Amino acid sequence: MNFKMNGNFALKTAACALLSSLISHPLSAASDWLQFRGTNSLGFSESAKVPVNLKVQWAAKLPGRGLSSVIVVGDRIFLTASSGPKQERLHVLCLKNSDGSLLWERQLKATGRTMSHAKTCVAAPTPCSDGKRLFAIWSCNDLAAFDLEGNLLWLRGITTDYPNVSNSLGMASSPIVIGDAVIVPVENDSESYTIGVDANTGRNLWKMERPKAANWSSPIAWQSADGRIIAVLQSKDGLLGVDPNTGSRLWEYKDGASTMASSVADKNAIYATSHGITAIQPGTSGTEPKQLWRAEQMNPGTASTVVVDGKIYALNSAGVLNQADLKDGGKGWKLRMTGPFSASPVAAGKYIVAVNEKGLVQVADAAAAEGAVVGSLDLKAQMLEKENILSTPSLAGNSIYVRGDSYLWKISE
Amino acid sequence: MKICLPLLLLLAGPALGSLDQSLNTITKVGSEGQGNEAASEAWKDVVKAGPGALLPILAATGKGSVVADNWLRLAANTIAANAGAASPVTELETFLRDEKQSSAARVLAFDLIQQADAQKADIIEPTLLTDPAQELRRGAVQRLIEEAKTKAAAKDEAGAKAVFEKAFDAARDEDQVKAVADGLEKLGEKPDIAKHFGFLMKWNIIGPFDNAKREGFATVFPPEKEIKLDAIYDGKTGKVAWQPFEITNEYGKLDFNKPLGVITGAAPAAPKEEAPVEGRRKKSAGIEYLKEVTAYAVTDFNSPTERDAEIRLGCKDGWKVWLNGEFIFGRDEYHRGAQLDQYKLKVHLKKGKNTILVKCCQNEQKEDWTVEWEFQLRVCDSTGTAITQG
Repeated sequence: MNFKMNGNFALKTAACALLSSLISHPLSAASDWLQFRGTNSLGFSESAKVPVNLKVQWAAKLPGRGLSSVIVVGDRIFLTASSGPKQERLHVLCLKNSDGSLLWERQLKATGRTMSHAKTCVAAPTPCSDGKRLFAIWSCNDLAAFDLEGNLLWLRGITTDYPNVSNSLGMASSPIVIGDAVIVPVENDSESYTIGVDANTGRNLWKMERPKAANWSSPIAWQSADGRIIAVLQSKDGLLGVDPNTGSRLWEYKDGASTMASSVADKNAIYATSHGITAIQPGTSGTEPKQLWRAEQMNPGTASTVVVDGKIYALNSAGVLNQADLKDGGKGWKLRMTGPFSASPVAAGKYIVAVNEKGLVQVADAAAAEGAVVGSLDLKAQMLEKENILSTPSLAGNSIYVRGDSYLWKISE
Repeated sequence: MKICLPLLLLLAGPALGSLDQSLNTITKVGSEGQGNEAASEAWKDVVKAGPGALLPILAATGKGSVVADNWLRLAANTIAANAGAASPVTELETFLRDEKQSSAARVLAFDLIQQADAQKADIIEPTLLTDPAQELRRGAVQRLIEEAKTKAAAKDEAGAKAVFEKAFDAARDEDQVKAVADGLEKLGEKPDIAKHFGFLMKWNIIGPFDNAKREGFATVFPPEKEIKLDAIYDGKTGKVAWQPFEITNEYGKLDFNKPLGVITGAAPAAPKEEAPVEGRRKKSAGIEYLKEVTAYAVTDFNSPTERDAEIRLGCKDGWKVWLNGEFIFGRDEYHRGAQLDQYKLKVHLKKGKNTILVKCCQNEQKEDWTVEWEFQLRVCDSTGTAITQG
C-alpha cells in the first residue's frame, strides 16, 4: 500500500486516535470495529490500513439477508442476518477473522413485526460491542446480548413491551454502548422511544419519549468538555445530548436533522446532518449548543458523513463525494464516484471506502489534490440478480469487510 | 451417534429437579426485562445439562411469553450446536408428531431434528402438509407446488390441477397461495382466494369524518359510541349515513375511495393486485381521492362456537379496531406500506354474532403513493386458517 503521512496529517490522526481511545471501550483493542461506522464517532479507524489493490481474501456464505455491518472484536467477526418467508428467523453469526469459518451461530425468532420495504430487511441495525459482550437488535425490536462465545446473557422483545413500536418500512437505527448503558433507539411514527438498557441485565435504565416520526438515523457518543461521554440522539427535531446512564437531557439543538444520515463528532464539535451539515459545539448542561458553521451544499442523502484529516465528507445518493473543511465548513473538492449509494463511507489513513448498491467497492484517496478513486473491486459476480448492497463497510487490520444478502467478503491487498 | 432418551435422562438424572427449576425460571421472564438476571443464570444451567435438556426445553416452550420461548430456543440451539449428532432425534420426532404440544415447541423440535439429522428432516417434511403449525406446512406445500409445476410443464394438466388443489388447501402463506392460484388460473381454474383466507367482504361503511392535522385518529366520532345503521351524523363536509358495501377485490381490500371519493370523470381503473409492499402508483383517472378524512366500517362475524381467534389486518393508514364494542388495538402510522396479516390481534369470539368495527384515517400527504385509504381484514385461528362463519 502506498501510504505516506505528512506531519499535519499525523497530528490530526493522533488527535482522532486520542478521542477514539477516550470514547472506545477499555476492554477492546484499538484495532477493533465495535459498532456502526466504527468504534469512535467519526466513521474513521485510526489503526486500520485500507488496501488499494483490492482482492477478496475470503467469502463466507450467509444464512440470510442483512444490511447490518459486521463488527470486529479481536480475531472474531460478528454479524446478524434474517431469513424465512417473513424474515422471522433472526441469526447471529461469529466467524473467524483469518479464514471466515463459522465459530458459532445462534438463531431466535422475531417477536415483533417483521414487515419492511423490499429493499431493506429485518437485519438492518448493526450490532455493537463493548469488547466483551455483543448487543444485537433487529427491525422487529428483538434485542439480545451474548458473550463472545455465543452464550446468551439476556433478551428483550421490545415490541412485546411496547406494542406500537414498529415501522412498516422497517427499523434500522443501530444501538451504541457507552459504559454499561446500551442506547437503543426505537423511534417511529407511533409509540416512539429511545431506551437506555442496562448492559448487565437488559432492563431499562431509562426510557425517553421521542418525536413521533420514522427515524433511521443512529445515535453517536461524544465527549463533553467536562470529560463525560454522552449519547447524542438525532431526530427530525434536531440533536439531543443525553446522559447514557440516567437519560437526563443535557442540551438540545432544535433546528432539525436528517432521519437517515447520522452525524459525526470529534473533540471540537458535532457535525450534525442538519441543513446539509451544521457544526455545533455543545456547552454545559442546559445551554443551547453554539452553531460554528453550516454547509448547506453538503447534502449526505442516505449515507452518513465521515471525517478524515481535518475534513468532512458527504456522499450523496448520486455518487458525488463532497469535501468541506472541519474548521469552517469551507467547500473543498467534489469527486464523482460510481453510485448509487445507500451505504455510508468509512475511512482509515487517507483513504475513504464506499460501496455502491451494485457491489462496487471503491477506495478514494482523500489526500489527492481533487480526490481520486485509486482502487476498486466489483463483487457483482457473487451477488444474486436482484441483490443490493446497502450495508456500510467495516474496517479492521488491513482489510475491508463488506456484506450483502448472500456473502460476507473480507477484502485485503 | 444417537443417544437414547432414557440414557440421557439417566445422565441428567441428578440435575433433573434443578433443570425443571431453571426452565421454570426462564418461562417466568416478564416485560421490560423483568426476571432477566435469574433467567440468565438459569439459562447457563440448562445449557450445562446438555442434550438431556432438549425434551424438557420443548416441554417448557409455549408455557411463557414469546420472549421466554426465545430464551429456550437459544438454549436448545446452543446445546444442539455443542452436541452435534448426539441429539435424541427419535424422541424429538415423537414430540414433533404430538399435535397437542404448542406450535412453537413443535417448530423448535423440527429445527433441532434438521440441525442434527438433515436427512431425517427431509423425510419428515412432506408428512407435515396439514400440520396445525403454519410454519411446519410450508416445506410440504412447496414440494407440492414444485410437483404441480413439473406436471404442468409435462402437459399433465389433470395431474397438475389435482396437486395444485391439494397445495391450495394446505397453503397458509400468501406467497404460496399466490403461486398456487397462478398455477390453477393457467389451468383454467379460479380459486376463491378471499374465501381461502377468510377475508370479510360485506360491510357497512360511513364517512367521511374529519382527520385534519391527523386529529381524527384520537377523535371519538359517533360510530365509536353507537352502531345505529339508520343514523345520520354530521360528517366532514355534510351529513353522512351508513351504506352497505361489498368488496370485490379478491384480497379483501375495502377501498374507501370507491364509495366515498368524488367521481370527477371516467371510472377509476380496476385495483391492481399489489405486491406485499407497494411501490408508487399513479392516481386512477377520474377520481378525486379524499384526504384528511376518517371513515368507519362495521360488520358482523358469526362464530359457530365461543373460541380464541385472531383478527388479522393489513392497512397503510391510521386505524383502530373494536370487537363487540371493546377496543382491541390501533396504530397511527401513515403510508409506510401494507401487507396481508400485517397486524395480528388476538381476540376471543363469543358464539354467534360478533361485531367488528374498523376506523380508518387518511392523512394529508399528496404524493401518488399516499392515495390508498383502505384495509383488508380476516378472522382466522392462530395458524392462519380461516374460521368459517356459522
